[in-house]
Amino acid sequence: MFGLESKDGKLLLLVAALALLAPVILNPFPEGSAMSQFNAGYPDLMQRFVIFGILAIGFNILFGLTGYLSFGHAAFLGVGSYAAIWSMKLVTMNIIPSIIFAVIVAGVFSLVVGYISLRRSGIYFSILTLAFAQMSYSLAYSVLTPITGGETGLQIKSTDTPLLDKALEAGEIGRANLFGYGMGSSYQLELAGWQFTFNLGYYVAAVVMLISFYFAIRIFRSPFGMMLRAVKSNQQRMNYAGLSPKPYTLAAFVISGMYAGLAGGLLVAMDTQVGPERMFWTASGEIVIMVILGGAGTLLGPVLGAGFIKYFENIISKINESILQGWFAFLPDGLQDFMVAVVYPFIGKGWHLTLGIMFMLVVIFLPGGLIQGGQKIGSWLRRKKNVVAKDSTTKPAE
Amino acid sequence: MDQIIVQVLNGLDKGSAYALIALGLTLIFGTLGVVNFAHGALFMLGSFCAVTFSRLLSFSHEVIDETRTDFLGNPLKVQVPYIQDWLGPDLAASIIQWSVPLSILFAIPVMITIGLIIERGLIKHFYKRPHADQILVTFGLAIVLQEIIKYFFGANPIQTPAPPAFNGSLDFGIWLGFDPVTIMYPYWRMIYFFFSVVIIAGVFAFLQFTTFGMVVRAGMADRETVGLLGIDIDKRFTFMFGLAAAVAGIAGVMYAPIVAPNYHMGMDFLVLSFVVVVVGGMGSLPGAVAAGFLLGILESFASMPMIVQSFPGINQIIIYLVAIIILLTRPRGLMGRKGVMEE
Repeated sequence: MFGLESKDGKLLLLVAALALLAPVILNPFPEGSAMSQFNAGYPDLMQRFVIFGILAIGFNILFGLTGYLSFGHAAFLGVGSYAAIWSMKLVTMNIIPSIIFAVIVAGVFSLVVGYISLRRSGIYFSILTLAFAQMSYSLAYSVLTPITGGETGLQIKSTDTPLLDKALEAGEIGRANLFGYGMGSSYQLELAGWQFTFNLGYYVAAVVMLISFYFAIRIFRSPFGMMLRAVKSNQQRMNYAGLSPKPYTLAAFVISGMYAGLAGGLLVAMDTQVGPERMFWTASGEIVIMVILGGAGTLLGPVLGAGFIKYFENIISKINESILQGWFAFLPDGLQDFMVAVVYPFIGKGWHLTLGIMFMLVVIFLPGGLIQGGQKIGSWLRRKKNVVAKDSTTKPAE
Repeated sequence: MDQIIVQVLNGLDKGSAYALIALGLTLIFGTLGVVNFAHGALFMLGSFCAVTFSRLLSFSHEVIDETRTDFLGNPLKVQVPYIQDWLGPDLAASIIQWSVPLSILFAIPVMITIGLIIERGLIKHFYKRPHADQILVTFGLAIVLQEIIKYFFGANPIQTPAPPAFNGSLDFGIWLGFDPVTIMYPYWRMIYFFFSVVIIAGVFAFLQFTTFGMVVRAGMADRETVGLLGIDIDKRFTFMFGLAAAVAGIAGVMYAPIVAPNYHMGMDFLVLSFVVVVVGGMGSLPGAVAAGFLLGILESFASMPMIVQSFPGINQIIIYLVAIIILLTRPRGLMGRKGVMEE
C-alpha cells in the first residue's frame, strides 16, 4: 500500500485508525463520573498529542537514524511559529499558506544552523545546536522585539488586516481557518453519558501527522535512510567506502528542522499566539525526552513518547491533594494521610519528578525506550506461551 | 577608563562562578570521561546547603516574654532559636548572621557524600556507554534533583543574606586615583572572587603537589598503565567526583547571597558552563578556569551601554557567539589536549 511493505502498511493503518478515532478512544469514561478527569479527548490536548508527535517524528529522523543529538530543536519550532503567525497577520488567515511558509522558513534556518553545527560531531554538535537555540531565544526575547513581540509574544489582533482576506468588522479578531471553516469549530456527540468532541482543527493536525508519519516510514525504509544508519554505526568505514556522510546528515538535519517548523506552524494554526519561551532550551530538552522515552530509532516510539508526556503534563499534573484524599478515602485515617503524603510528591505539581525518574529508568534499563519495553514483555509472554504449548504437545506422547 | 575597570570587576564574580563550575565539570570529564549534565544541579544543591544550614541554625522554640506584651495586652510570644539557649544571645546572633560562610563547613561533607553516591550508584554504570547516554542520564538526574529541591523548598527564590559586615561596597576607584564613587564594588562579590581563586589554587595544588594528585594526573594521562602498576585508580577517580561535587557545592554556597537560590538556577548555569568548558578545551583544567573568567568578563563588557548601542542585543548572545567561533576555528578549544574527545 502506497509503496510500503505490508508490515509498515499495517502500522500506518493502525496509527491512522487510532488518530482518526482518538476523540472516542481517549474519552473512555462517561462525563461527570469520577474517572472523567482522566479523559484526554478534548480538542486542545488531542491537538497537542499529534503536533508534538510530528515534532518527535522529525527529531527521530535526525537522532534516531544518525545519532546526532541536537539540543536546540525547539528553535526551529519557534521560528516556524513566528513565520506562520506573520503569514496570518499579513497575507491571509487561511492556515495552509501559513503552514507552508513556516516549513520553508524553518527549513532555511535549519540549513544555516545545520551547515555550521554539522562540522563537529558528538558533544560538540550538541553544544553548538544548544548555543544556536539559546541565541535565537535571547534575540527573540530582546533585540528582535519588533518582529517577535519580545516577552509578550505575538497574537492576532483586531488591527491586523491580512491582504487577501475580506475586511472584518471593526473590533472583530480574525480567526485561523481552512477555506472559511474555523479551526475551533467542532461537532459534539452526546451518547448516553459519554460526550465526544470532533474538532476540525484536530483532524487537520491529525491528517498532517499521518502524512508526516508516512514520509518518515518512507525515509526509514529508503536507501537514504540506510545511509543515515551508516552514519550512526560507523562514519569512518563510510568514509573508506568513498561516501561523504556530510550531505546525508545535513539533509536529515534540514528534514527534521522542517518537521519542527511544520509542528510550529500547526501550533499557531490551532492557537494563534507565539512567545519566545517556545524556543527556550528546556523545550528542546523536552523534545529529547519525548523521543528517548518512546524509543529513538523506532517508527512508533516518538509519537508514543510525545503523547505520553503531553498526557502527563495536562492530566496528571491537575491532580491535587483533595482528589488524592478522595481516592484513598477507603483506607483508615492514618493510612490515608500516609498514602497521600507518599503519592503526592509524584503527581500534581510534582509530575516533573515522576517524568525525570521515568526518563532515567528508561535510559538506564531500556535504551530502546517504551517500545523496547513492550517488545520485551511481548517476547516474554510468547516464550511463556510456547513453553505451555510444548508441555501440552509432549504429554500425549507418553 | 573607569568604565572598563568597572566592567572587568563586574565580570570577575560571574566569571568566578563559571570557572568553579567548569573546573568541576572538567575534573569529572578528565578523570572519569563522563559528560555530567547534572553538574549545574550540584551547584544548585550547594546553594540550598546554605539555605538549609541557616534554617537549621534558626530552628527555634516559643518562649513567653513576660516583659513585653502584644497589642492585645497578653504576654508576647517570641521565637528563640535553640542555639541561643546554648551559646548565649550575642554569639548566637553573630553565628546566625554568618550562616552563609559557616555553611561551607556543612556543605563540604554533604556534597562529597552526594557526589560519591551519584558516582557509585549511577555514573559507574555508564562508563562504557556512549556519550549521548551519559548526557541523557545525567540530564534526567538533574531534573530529578531540582524537582526534589522544589518539593522541599518551593519554587520561589529564597533570600540568603551575606553577613552584615560585608554589606555595602568598596570604593575601589580611590585607590587608583579616580574620583570617589566612580568605581564601586560590593564587598561580597570581591570576597567571592578571592574565595574562588583560593579554591581553584587549592585544587591545582592538590593535583600538583600531593601523591594522590600525582596518581590522579597519571590516571588522566593513561588510565590503563596506572591500573597495571597495581593502583586502584577507580577508587581515586570516584573520590575526584566527590571533590568536583564539593567544588560545585561551595561555589553554590558562596553564590547564594549574590543570586537568591531557586530550584532552576543550576540549569541556567549549566548551559553557560558547558559553553565555558568547550571554549576552554575539553579536559583541560587551566583552559576551563581561563575560559570561565574570560567569558565572564566578555559578557559584562558586552553589556556596556556604548557597545549595546552599536550592536543591539550583543550582551545576550556574546558567549554563544564566541563559543561558535571558537568551536569552528579551534576545534580543540583554547587549551584542549590533543586526542581528548576529538570527534
